[in-house]
Amino acid sequence: MSTSIPNITFSRRNFIRTSSLASGGLMIGFNLFTACKPDAKVPVDLASLDYSDFNAFIKIAKNGAVTIFSPNPEIGQGVKTAMPMLIAEELDVAWDKVYVEQGVLDTKNYTRQVAGGSQSIRHGWDALRQTGATAKQMLVNAAAARWGIEASECTVSEGVITNGKGETLGYGDVVEDAAVLEIPENVTLKEPKDYKIIGADIKNVDIDKIVTGKPLYGLDYKAEGMVYAAVLRPPAFGQELESFDAEEAKAMPGVIDVIKIGAKAKELLSKEKISWTAQLSPSEKVVVIAKTTWDAFKGKKAIKATWKDVSALEDSKYQDDKLVSLLDGVEFNTLRNDGDVNQAFAEADKVLERTYESPFLPHNTMEPMNFFANVTAEKIHLVGPVQTPEEAANTVAQLLDRDIEDISLEMTRMGGGFGRRLYGDFVYEAAEISDAIGKPVKMVSSREDDMTMGVYRPAIKYRIKAAVKDGELTGYYLKEAAVNGNMYGLIPNFFPAGAVENYKVDVASYPSKITTGAWRAPYTNFLAYAEQSFFDELAEVMEVDRVQLRLDLLEKVKGTTDERIQYSPERLQAVIKEVVDKSGWGKQPEGVYQGFVAYYCHNTHVAEVADVQMENEMPVIKKVTCVADCGIVVNPLGARNQVEGGIIDGIGHAMYGDFAFKDGVPQSKNFDRYRLIRMKEVPEVEMHFIENELAPTGLGEPTLPPAGGAIANAMKAATGKRVYKQPFMADPSFWKTTAKPIIG
Amino acid sequence: MATYQLNINGKSHSVDVSEDTPLLWVLRDHLDLVGTKFGCGIAQCGACTVHLDGSAIRSCSTTLAQVEGKSITTIEGLSEDGYHPLQEAWKEVDVPQCGYCQAGQIMTAAAFLENNPAPSKEDIKNAMHGNICRCASYNRIFKAVEMAAEKMG
Ligand code: FES
Ligand code: FES
Repeated sequence: MSTSIPNITFSRRNFIRTSSLASGGLMIGFNLFTACKPDAKVPVDLASLDYSDFNAFIKIAKNGAVTIFSPNPEIGQGVKTAMPMLIAEELDVAWDKVYVEQGVLDTKNYTRQVAGGSQSIRHGWDALRQTGATAKQMLVNAAAARWGIEASECTVSEGVITNGKGETLGYGDVVEDAAVLEIPENVTLKEPKDYKIIGADIKNVDIDKIVTGKPLYGLDYKAEGMVYAAVLRPPAFGQELESFDAEEAKAMPGVIDVIKIGAKAKELLSKEKISWTAQLSPSEKVVVIAKTTWDAFKGKKAIKATWKDVSALEDSKYQDDKLVSLLDGVEFNTLRNDGDVNQAFAEADKVLERTYESPFLPHNTMEPMNFFANVTAEKIHLVGPVQTPEEAANTVAQLLDRDIEDISLEMTRMGGGFGRRLYGDFVYEAAEISDAIGKPVKMVSSREDDMTMGVYRPAIKYRIKAAVKDGELTGYYLKEAAVNGNMYGLIPNFFPAGAVENYKVDVASYPSKITTGAWRAPYTNFLAYAEQSFFDELAEVMEVDRVQLRLDLLEKVKGTTDERIQYSPERLQAVIKEVVDKSGWGKQPEGVYQGFVAYYCHNTHVAEVADVQMENEMPVIKKVTCVADCGIVVNPLGARNQVEGGIIDGIGHAMYGDFAFKDGVPQSKNFDRYRLIRMKEVPEVEMHFIENELAPTGLGEPTLPPAGGAIANAMKAATGKRVYKQPFMADPSFWKTTAKPIIG
Repeated sequence: MATYQLNINGKSHSVDVSEDTPLLWVLRDHLDLVGTKFGCGIAQCGACTVHLDGSAIRSCSTTLAQVEGKSITTIEGLSEDGYHPLQEAWKEVDVPQCGYCQAGQIMTAAAFLENNPAPSKEDIKNAMHGNICRCASYNRIFKAVEMAAEKMG
């Protein structure tokens, strides 16, 4: 593992273009995602490029004002603040002189804009700094030319260029000269020690608008002549529309029309290549078009629809049995297989095997799914909260059989994402509705619609088995059974891969009509709890210290030549040692019980310790201490918000998140039956970051998965009871310390 | 359909809607006051919180007949230009993540501090327990309420 910033150089010609503005300023356009992938195909004829080939811009006005158009959608993880910080740092301007706007996208410039997977900052890290530095160099070159000196004789601070004689020029003074200069090929990036903006506490760029209630979100968007649409979807997964009676609904005040959509989606489903984010539903749907949201919701309730069963309607019990039978079975896809686990079990002194179970989880973004579409004969305009604008626009083009050039997509701030807005089902519905009625329309979901329309974290079960011989962990076998599948790719190369000689990861799944997908910290959000609980128990079986067990295993991975291994044993050991120190691990006062976890996911190494105390014979989570190594912390204020949010979200869902099915119908439809964590259940969170100069990784996700393990381990320490199933509070009486098993 | 005279943020408005239309949708769709948010529609999340004669109410579950003749305050009318001590504290602490729930959080806190200017930690937690923040910015919400209480007190 290197400990310096990776120095990737890009040819700036490939992704930067400048031009002077009619108003007299300088516009620097760059294509962020081309820039991030040096091998991506770039347009050949640079002269013929126009600004629609770029997806991010820096505008410097004649008065020196700097506007940065941030290309990434904001879902609450702070990238709309953090990404412009990187540009501003290298451009050398004062942050309070920088305006940040969300870039408006048309179809030609949505090269790759995805917020999800905690990747936004990682992808932008080099490209954004290079862009800022290039812009700065151009301005310095222009000033130097004006003075007739070498650029190297100039110094810059906060947007002011100074020469040897002490004369100064502001950026605004030289923007016009700069616009006609060659784009410099080689620019030097700042040393981390010289950073002024990176590493400073910078506030959310939309904060003033948020606290005064300005329109920001998709649900707030309005357009001239816009109508509202509420969609009646099949109540059960596995059902489709048979017929409907809309007479009563049509007679209601405010209801404009009732239509049926879905034929186009069905046709598209039969085609071969559609995006993984499509999540198209095969059923036709009934849509109420109305003057207001309330009229649309009310009209929808008055529709009398009949539905037909087209496949099995699943119950939670069926799903549980099915997943257990998969774990018991022999049909697996092996994702990694080192040594021979069976031999290790055969030769073991001790074997530990445990099964962990989780329910489906809905995302429940605070802002329900919605989207605006205006489909006309000439063009299609789409506006709203979606994390994958490129896929959304492409699929709409396929759906309505239109040219991609006709489509523009404007992203709004998002009232939460958590993975749900990676999928574009609601965009296609809006487009199909607008196409059918020939009007601008906003598709709106009630909470009930949002919670029951699908794309859930799948129900998953893990079975983990370990072999211990002569006090050593000699075998580790992880089996996953998930509805529609879950784990993939690199995850089998996370800890403890590489640390155990005989190691195997197997996965199995069965296909269900219930739609599933990425949910905050996909693939590991439940796995981390299972494995970290297992390690806690394993340490007891091995009669070793639970922290030392991890440190010793990590020691074995050092210097590995296995390039598949994703984590750094050094970095994981470092966060472990730090959390032991900061949490007072093992030195807690009387009555405080602690649980420990250490985990790597989403490119970030994290260790957490939870403190639990007993109150009214129930375990209560009082505090979580977290140490994260996420490389350079671009915006500590934003980072702490992410880390803390991830931990509390992880605790909330592990404790309360439950989502059952009966006859294919979700049994929770709103927050009266679906419990989210609230103020009084929230522990104090203490956060520490490892200081280093490594490229930053995202923080929206990695602290979430281990949090469930930390509290499970702490509650075990407090009560002696180990829990193998989420949510932990499904039956609170389980935890009552006085509730003894009844014998005989 | 019926006509209602509403007093919102010191201005009077006349709206013509069906009797069962919740205040929330009148604010959002008829009067373009979209700062008040829709989260659940069943009085469970607090995103739609506004003040009725100074008390916090859930606008999604309030009819116009219940509010006619009374004074309604929304986030847009909480202060001139966002300088209510709570809004200031929210900025100071940098509370929001996605931000969607925050108008409701601020309105709940504002009515609470009006009635309880010197709250204990427990009081604050109890008062804010009804408002969901899906992004879990709870500890910052707590800190900002505490900070505003100190400034106002
Ligand atoms: S929208 Fe009114 S309480 Fe949730
Ligand atoms: S900040 Fe996103 S719901 Fe509260």
